[in-house]
Amino acid sequence: MKMRNTLKATLLGASLAVLVATGASAKTLVYCSEGSPEGFDTALYTAGTTFDASSKPLYNRLVEFKRGTTEVLPGLAESWEVSEDGLEYTFNLRKGVKFHTTSYFTPTREFNADDVIFSFGRQLDKDSAWHEYTAGASWEYFNAMSMPDLIKDIVKVDDYTVKFVLTRPEAPMLANLAMDFASVLSAEYAAQLAEAGTKEQLNQQPVGTGPFSFVGYQKDAVIRYATFGDYWNGKQPIDNLIFAITPDASVRLQKLKAGECHVMPYPAPADIEDIRADSNLTLMEQQGLNVGYLAYNTKVAPFDKKEVRKALNHAINKQAILDAVFQGSGQSAKNPIPPTMWSYNDAIEDDDYNPELAKEMLAAAGVEDLSMKVWAMPVQRPYNPNARRMAEVIQADFANVGVNVEIVSYEWGEYLSRSKDEERDGAVLLGWTGDNGDPDNFLAVLLGCDAVGGSNRAQWCNEEFDALTQKAKTITDKAERTKLYEEAQVIFKEEAPWATIAHSVVFMPMSSKVSGYVMDPLGGHWFDGVDISE
Amino acid sequence: MLRFLLGRVGLLIPTFLGVTLVAFSFIRLLPGDPAELLAGERGISPERKAEVMEQLGFNKPYWQQYIDYVAGIFQGDLGVSFASKKPVLDEFLTLFPATAELALCAIIIAICLGIPAGIFAAVKRGSVADQAIMGTALVGYSMPIFWWGLLLIILFSGILQWTPVSGRISLLYFFPQVTGFMLIDSLLSGQKGAFLSAVQHLILPSIVLATIPLAVIARQTRSAMLEVLGEDYVRTARAKGLPPHQVVGLHALRNALIPVITTIGLQVGVLLAGAILTETIFSWPGIGKWLVDSISRRDYFVVQGGLLLIAGIIMVVNLIVDVLYGLVNPRIRHT
Repeated sequence: MKMRNTLKATLLGASLAVLVATGASAKTLVYCSEGSPEGFDTALYTAGTTFDASSKPLYNRLVEFKRGTTEVLPGLAESWEVSEDGLEYTFNLRKGVKFHTTSYFTPTREFNADDVIFSFGRQLDKDSAWHEYTAGASWEYFNAMSMPDLIKDIVKVDDYTVKFVLTRPEAPMLANLAMDFASVLSAEYAAQLAEAGTKEQLNQQPVGTGPFSFVGYQKDAVIRYATFGDYWNGKQPIDNLIFAITPDASVRLQKLKAGECHVMPYPAPADIEDIRADSNLTLMEQQGLNVGYLAYNTKVAPFDKKEVRKALNHAINKQAILDAVFQGSGQSAKNPIPPTMWSYNDAIEDDDYNPELAKEMLAAAGVEDLSMKVWAMPVQRPYNPNARRMAEVIQADFANVGVNVEIVSYEWGEYLSRSKDEERDGAVLLGWTGDNGDPDNFLAVLLGCDAVGGSNRAQWCNEEFDALTQKAKTITDKAERTKLYEEAQVIFKEEAPWATIAHSVVFMPMSSKVSGYVMDPLGGHWFDGVDISE
Repeated sequence: MLRFLLGRVGLLIPTFLGVTLVAFSFIRLLPGDPAELLAGERGISPERKAEVMEQLGFNKPYWQQYIDYVAGIFQGDLGVSFASKKPVLDEFLTLFPATAELALCAIIIAICLGIPAGIFAAVKRGSVADQAIMGTALVGYSMPIFWWGLLLIILFSGILQWTPVSGRISLLYFFPQVTGFMLIDSLLSGQKGAFLSAVQHLILPSIVLATIPLAVIARQTRSAMLEVLGEDYVRTARAKGLPPHQVVGLHALRNALIPVITTIGLQVGVLLAGAILTETIFSWPGIGKWLVDSISRRDYFVVQGGLLLIAGIIMVVNLIVDVLYGLVNPRIRHT
């Protein structure tokens, strides 16, 4: 019976899609995505590829990032109030928001507070019937953002008012609620699945309030969406959105050139010039909200002396790294946060490339015949396209000032795990891509005292710096927070727990027929508001 | 024949158990674990990691995990993918037809071109044609698949625009999966042009995947034929005045085919290995890419389940080859 229903649903969906696709004036945009989504219940996952296919086209959040920025705007919440002590966030929900009607679900009511309580409650409450609704369900992003410690309670005040009660003031809270894991799902649909004994479908056949509704997914091949006519924020210019999963960057480009897709992410650096030269293509570019760094272990001699760390920073030729590793798609970094992020302190002067000065500083610090390890990541990341090559450039730079470098590497999981060790031998190449556009997400997460032995790979705990970032977290006034973060960056530069290497530039090639695409500083790919000419 | 068959099947049991042990140990011997990889640069606290590992059942002693795994196999339960949260067997059954369709097309191309080429080269031994065929086979055998695939895409899809770049069928066609074989499903769908589109999408990946087996089969056929052509009974056949095509086609080929069949059976493993690269280049939704992705994210259940299923298929194919071998050469089944 269940199987027959599934088949019926699939057939219905298929015929619906064919109808939509073959309609006289149907506009279809094809996006050559780089990988497959793991599932469609966003909060279960941490990968950007999954978010692109789930939270962005299908769902909304209480608050949303303004397109192309990290500014927080009303989403499913029309407005909100924060209590004076910063412990209560009351959201007034938008009325008249509809959930998708699909071949497998027809909503009988509009979005309300129950959906918010359901979406967060299942992540927060370990006793919730939905906490482990599918095998291996774990809410990693929710946990990683410390939500279980932070949220004391979520209260339904009335059908259109929800209150989040926190255990401590947390300025980045709003930005956190705009993140993918905070997507709002339909409680009514969940109840229907629970009744049918098919809870796991919540992750396979999604229902949301977003600009596109789900039509079908052929594993590892194609995801189909149809524009949602009743979308609360207006109907989309295109009728259909298709993700054609194409793992290889060169093949993606060939498909783009052949007109088999209209937008592609992550071009190979070697292809950038070719794309620029093609008059049928448009190349958008934007600085990524990321930083690549070399973290010394400030707990181990001689790197516990800031003079030694400073000296080594003067020995690194960042321009050579930009040329050799980033091939023009990078920008030299002087601060631990990228220039596109608010509170970036542009007044800070970078440690210039000066091997002679580095030698003098090392001698003054009493360091001779220093041998050290530099850890090179085994994987390619947006903030570091080739860590091995970067380590080799640094090895040559350090050799110039009399420091002998041994390059080491481990399997990625092992690398991440071992680099956290407080007794670690050597400086580690790593980096970070912002989650929510808040400076706290860089400064406290990567350099805070609480993160020592964890994501603070420099094992650096500076009381003055920590006090500033902790204070900034409790204040909601942005101007005041900006000042505190600017001061923190000054201390960071003086203390030099890292050599800040580079921020990458992200490229987005697309057909010149595409208009209205806006690049997301957080690295996501959004198709609301995007149009395509015939 | 029945004894021969039972003996061969009996041999599969210890092999199967060995495979479970290898598949189980292989993924666990690799450093790193799913919880660390999931958390990425941020890291995961030891407490949270212990929670996740417990939830996934990876905190149990290895022997217990192994017993659970083997017990699950007998109940048809290979566990649930850590990433997609779907049963491994369901995922495999969804993806395998794509790989099987591609592999079948590739092996058909390899056999249809490889055997005639090998025979021709053997008959014309030492000629320019022989040298050209064997030279080409050597090049094919040494061809880096990734480079070869991209080269074909750039030439036939990019410059000449004869074939689509990648995928299994044009995005215009959308119908439910019935058999999973796109050629069959496109016919069943009744949509005009769907079958042709599926064929067009199969051309390049099949050629790429067939390249190495084609070269191997051509070389093997040639050497087997040369050996047989030198035998007394071939000379006798020639001496009694049989036309050359009967000598080669009836007398020589049948005996030369024995080692060739074995080679073809062995190519199944090569095809599945080659499928990993071919599927990545041509965005082909098969099991190769699925397994590689699962290894990199340490999706234990997928890797141990997927490897077991693939090994099972290779074992069955080899069993079939053994049986065929017995049919072609009656001496084998009496030993």
